[in-house]
Amino acid sequence: MLNALLVMSGIAVLLGSVLGYAAIKFRVEGNPLVDKIDAILPQTQCGQCGYPGCKPYATALAADEAEINRCPPGGEEGIRKLGELLNKEFIPFGGETNAPKPKSVALIDENICIGCTLCIQACPVDAIAGAAKQMHTIITAECTGCELCVAPCPVDCISMIVIQEKIGNWKWKYPIYALTPA
Amino acid sequence: MSEYLMILIGAVLVNNIVLVKILGLCPFMGVSKKLEAAAGMGAATAFVLTLGSGASYAINHWLLVPYNLTYLFTLSAIVVIASIVQFTEMYVKKASPALYQVLGIYLPLITTNCAVLGVPLLIVQNELQYNLIKALWFGFGNALGFTLVMVLFAGIRERLEGADVPGIFKGSAIAMVTAGLMSLSFMGFAGLVK
Repeated sequence: MLNALLVMSGIAVLLGSVLGYAAIKFRVEGNPLVDKIDAILPQTQCGQCGYPGCKPYATALAADEAEINRCPPGGEEGIRKLGELLNKEFIPFGGETNAPKPKSVALIDENICIGCTLCIQACPVDAIAGAAKQMHTIITAECTGCELCVAPCPVDCISMIVIQEKIGNWKWKYPIYALTPA
Repeated sequence: MSEYLMILIGAVLVNNIVLVKILGLCPFMGVSKKLEAAAGMGAATAFVLTLGSGASYAINHWLLVPYNLTYLFTLSAIVVIASIVQFTEMYVKKASPALYQVLGIYLPLITTNCAVLGVPLLIVQNELQYNLIKALWFGFGNALGFTLVMVLFAGIRERLEGADVPGIFKGSAIAMVTAGLMSLSFMGFAGLVK
């Protein structure tokens, strides 16, 4: 009986002191401003701000790298509170926080293409194959749908087509929350 | 050397902790909807499982057996595992904030994973065959098996999400059917190691 008590309390004391020591040794100094901002954010971790979660967005806000109107779930009330904390003017939700476009790829109408190579120079991912005075075509697997090639085309032969969802390209959706007016 | 290979193959494939021993089903069902989350959970569990098997073997062998206190094994194993989980969480938070963000919520959940307690119990049942290195190795093998199955299952469930599943089978039902089929297929490994 006594042995059992001694052994168990011995284990408990040993592990307790190891954990206590580790808590001091591995203490992480957090930025107090980040925690304050994080407390205002709605903690939906939805990623609509363009950051992986609320904490990274809070970190970016504290470092003054992001605008305060990037958080749709927080509503305008959230923007106001962030503005008060960071001494910034109230900004309403901008165009960038609106619903994203469906994923699409560019398509060249090969009957109209004159082979000017302007779209090839505009493409950031080298997804257009072709040469001067030769017909161009899009390598669909490489196209990111950035639409940078649409504007330079002098004959408007590039159109964006929406990709249909199939089992091969299906992905989890980001959660979307309806905005309630404050 | 071949003995260690046998332990590894036995733990990963033949006696897989999830699909053959049917332990650790809570994270297997709960955290397998997304591939990244499943891989993170698998990695975190793997770490705790390996250390936990070693530590609880050491406590059993050098503390509980000499004092004739083996009935305290479950209790002390739980204490040790809980502490290792806490320690791991603190260390990861300090050493690699990025990994901490990925694992975040899953780390504390490992304390209640039955596979993490089950493996030390299995080691103690076969005590005569093991020493500290083998206990650690057996724990690592089981951890590997757990991670492998988590990743496979999460991959299948992601595909299922886009598949045309009949209405009554949607959700948990088809996941259970899938788990059963995977378990059956792992039965095929029986007899691989004598």
